[in-house]
Amino acid sequence: MATLIRLAESFFTEMGRFAMMLWRVLMWTPRPPYDWRQLFQQMQRVGVQSIPVVALTALFTGMVMALQSYRVLVRFSAEGYVGSLVGVSMVRELACVLGALMVAGRCGSAMGAELGTMRVTEQIDALEVLATDPIHYLVVPRVWATALMLPLLIAMADAVGIYGGYVVAVLMMGANPVTYASNSFQFMELNDLTSGLIKAAVFGLLIAVIGCQKGFYTRGGAAGVGRSTTQAVVLGSIAVLIADFFLTKVLF
Amino acid sequence: MSSSTAPPKIRLREIRKAFASKVVLDGVDLAIEEGESLVIIGGSGTGKSVLLKHIIGLMKPDRGTVTVDGTDLSTLGYREITGFRRRFGMAFQEGALFDSMTVAQNIAFPLERARRFDRSAVRKRVDECLGLVRLDGAEEKMPSELSGGMRRRVGFARAIALKPAILLFDEPTSGLDPVMTALLDEVILDLQRTLESTTVTITHDMTSAFRIADRIAMLHRGKIIAIGTPKELKADTDPRLLQFLEGRAEGPLSE
Ligand SMILES: Nc1ncnc2c1ncn2[C@@H]1O[C@H](COP(=O)(O)OP(=O)(O)OP(=O)(O)O)[C@@H](O)[C@H]1O
Ligand SMILES: [Mg+2]
Repeated sequence: MATLIRLAESFFTEMGRFAMMLWRVLMWTPRPPYDWRQLFQQMQRVGVQSIPVVALTALFTGMVMALQSYRVLVRFSAEGYVGSLVGVSMVRELACVLGALMVAGRCGSAMGAELGTMRVTEQIDALEVLATDPIHYLVVPRVWATALMLPLLIAMADAVGIYGGYVVAVLMMGANPVTYASNSFQFMELNDLTSGLIKAAVFGLLIAVIGCQKGFYTRGGAAGVGRSTTQAVVLGSIAVLIADFFLTKVLF
Repeated sequence: MSSSTAPPKIRLREIRKAFASKVVLDGVDLAIEEGESLVIIGGSGTGKSVLLKHIIGLMKPDRGTVTVDGTDLSTLGYREITGFRRRFGMAFQEGALFDSMTVAQNIAFPLERARRFDRSAVRKRVDECLGLVRLDGAEEKMPSELSGGMRRRVGFARAIALKPAILLFDEPTSGLDPVMTALLDEVILDLQRTLESTTVTITHDMTSAFRIADRIAMLHRGKIIAIGTPKELKADTDPRLLQFLEGRAEGPLSE
């Protein structure tokens, strides 16, 4: 019972902190000074440097999807639709969720560790003392950089994933390159693409806010930083999965 | 020290602060006059740093109020307090330098955020501040390349860069050699003379304390147990103060 109460208490503390963090980010965003340098630096870190991981994830996911759907579709002689299935699944679901999970592992953790270290070495206090709101200076650029870059990353992942499926189908299963390619986009609607990208933007926001929040409220030295880093990844990933369900249900 | 008719620059009333069940500050009353140099002394772990963080609003008291320039800090929202802090400069005990920035960028940070200076003015002030703490030539070093004492001096330079009206120094000279200590003491005195800054300095170095203080306050068990000019303190007969000033191992403080 006592543990249950403690669990509920920490749940509401976390939710409260999340709401507060998000609120402050929104409040500070329109206020000068605008720190473009920080924003670009974060975009570079979150966006550009995540390209290899996200591309590799998408490539293999697309390849596996082609293998799997071929095995199943061939049972009711619908193997001509492998391309359509791979395309729609990648664009609607797989690219954005798996890509977001990779970014949560790469960038959410980095934010937790970086802000956590700044907290325990009093650098965040120093920012406050120097008349700079730490949320304005540290969190705002990270959140927007992630929310902007994740859809771009996912757009790339969509393309890479579909290409991966194409390679497997054509080279390993002897599909006709031209029909496969046209099949890939035959049943795809614009909404499939945009829904994936909108989800990606929301995931980016969640990952960054949670990572920053974990770092921001770090206590207790190096061990505390370690805890924050782990929690940034775990909670960030869980938030992505839960949000994915609701976004998919509500929006599309 | 200004005349006592003016309201104090900083006023702490009945400040109480506890971490979990550990009471650190237990009713601290303190009035600091404009232009005054106050030195806070006291044993390690008695809450001097905590007290300093209350003055600038980094920590909030469980009870009691902190008033600066007539404004109760607890009435300020997070946006107002950010602007309010422009009148402060603070040097942290461990430096608290931004480790992703060079020494020069650290010192330039408050200047750039204030958005009142062009690039050359920033550079000039950075050079000036580095000169004051005798670190010319260290501009491009990263904090991780500096010794503890150097880091502390950069933190000091960063705190004074904007020439703020209130300066808070948390052990600016501990770990420095006697010559460097005397040098920083000179800088503090000079800031006071030229800018009429109000300064609060924590130190364990009694020579330094007597050199820079208009008044000295001793913190013990969560309370200010003695406060007065250096002369008054030397005449004080509180056995706890005497033990501290004389640096004896036996006495009421060690019990
Ligand atoms: N953030 C915090 N959380 C919990 N306890 C704290 C915190 N900050 C300080 N304390 C406790 O408050 C007490 C006073 O700490 P403080 O740092 O003010 O001491 P100090 O007087 O500055 O000592 P020193 O001269 O060694 O720097 C210590 O017992 C410390 O454990
Ligand atoms: Mg201290």
